[in-house]
Amino acid sequence: MSWFTKTLTSSIGRKLMMALTGLFLITFLIIHASGNLQLLANDGGKAFNLYTKFMTTSPIIKTVSYILYTSIIVHVIWAILLTRLNVSARPQKYEYDKLGQSSTWASRSMMLLGTIILIFLVIHMKTFWFVYKFGEIGMVTYDGVEYKDLYTVVVNAFKNPLYTGFYVVSMVFLAFHLAHGFWSGFQTLGLNHKKYTPLIKTVGLIIAIVIPVVFAIQPVYVLLFA
Amino acid sequence: MNLTLKVWRQKDANSKGKIETYPVTDISSDMSFLEMLDVLNEQLLEKGEDPVAFDHDCREGICGMCSLFINGRPHGPQNATTTCQLHMRKFKDGDTIFIEPWRAKAFPVVKDLVVDRTAFDNIIQAGGYISVSTGNARDANETPIPKEIADQAMDAASCIGCGACVAACKNASAMLFVSAKVSQLALLPQGKPEKQKRVEAMVAQMDKEGFGACTNTGACEAECPKEISITNIARMNREYFSAKLSSNNT
Repeated sequence: MSWFTKTLTSSIGRKLMMALTGLFLITFLIIHASGNLQLLANDGGKAFNLYTKFMTTSPIIKTVSYILYTSIIVHVIWAILLTRLNVSARPQKYEYDKLGQSSTWASRSMMLLGTIILIFLVIHMKTFWFVYKFGEIGMVTYDGVEYKDLYTVVVNAFKNPLYTGFYVVSMVFLAFHLAHGFWSGFQTLGLNHKKYTPLIKTVGLIIAIVIPVVFAIQPVYVLLFA
Repeated sequence: MNLTLKVWRQKDANSKGKIETYPVTDISSDMSFLEMLDVLNEQLLEKGEDPVAFDHDCREGICGMCSLFINGRPHGPQNATTTCQLHMRKFKDGDTIFIEPWRAKAFPVVKDLVVDRTAFDNIIQAGGYISVSTGNARDANETPIPKEIADQAMDAASCIGCGACVAACKNASAMLFVSAKVSQLALLPQGKPEKQKRVEAMVAQMDKEGFGACTNTGACEAECPKEISITNIARMNREYFSAKLSSNNT
């Protein structure tokens, strides 16, 4: 093994991969959550459909999206590798365990939270991304140009209370995942400093609340008002 | 005070252990936890039974030899305290107390409550030292060190290597221990010449011993009897990345 692969397969190297991909995925969440607010524009979906077309055709966005897919896959695979290592490090459990008070539930449950988010992601991609790329989708015309009408697909999905309920619950799990993940990513990168760590922790909590709330507003709004 | 003890009994490394229940009576609240176990062992010896094996040495909280997972926490219910410095006044008459060994693949049980912590020694042997030529002692203030750096190094050096961090971590990770040992030397001028080699070798040895990886839960810091901070783990990670990028060790 070269020094490079040795580094990335060490315990700290695996954590580095988790931190880098995780923090990159958070920047994606911020863009995705804010961009999709155009669903609420109340213009019959024009702004959203124009935005969708831009996001699927811009060469820059397309390039970034490949990095994004890679990051998700790496984040998931490395999480499985690390969890297997971590579980194997304690083959015999304690009979009586009160360690719950020494750390937060979110920090101990990242794999569980991540698994639920992954399930959500697969369903989410199937409902929207797959239909947009490969499914049967209606067309709309704005100013003489044809666009795929993803807006109608989204509204129809969100009008199903079960789908929206699942969406909102998934966002709660995302909130807990981010509440630990954001700060933890910086700690793993070695960025722990008296001046900045309190700020990182505060920003992490704000992100953990704001991103899932902004996401959840969209299906709830559609369900109740659209 | 009268207590019910639920103690992990295991004949040897290859046997399957189980929890045994022992009542103990007339325990003074002034006794340390280990003295209470001494009383239990005297009772067992009088009955001709095998006494409970547990690790201890200095009994003044500085050697790192005592361990014990007491009522679900390493070193018991009192924060920043080793088991030998835990006193029975922290318990109530009639309490049931669970006593188990550290649980980690890298710390196999030798007998009853005694675990083999050789894995820590191997990590120290891999690089937790400074290579110096012997000779006369150097002049005390020959190498100036700022007070706050000396304090940080001393805080890291207060790690007694008991393994409570491993016992507390849900992943049985040794990163708090290793990071304290890396930090105490990396912070000081005497430790700097070998810092790249040291962190690479110690982390490699830590991985080899079968400890888990850190998920930044902070349980180690909360349970450490010497209150070692997880800022040391961040420092170790920085040292590790910079060593991997720039050392000559391919």
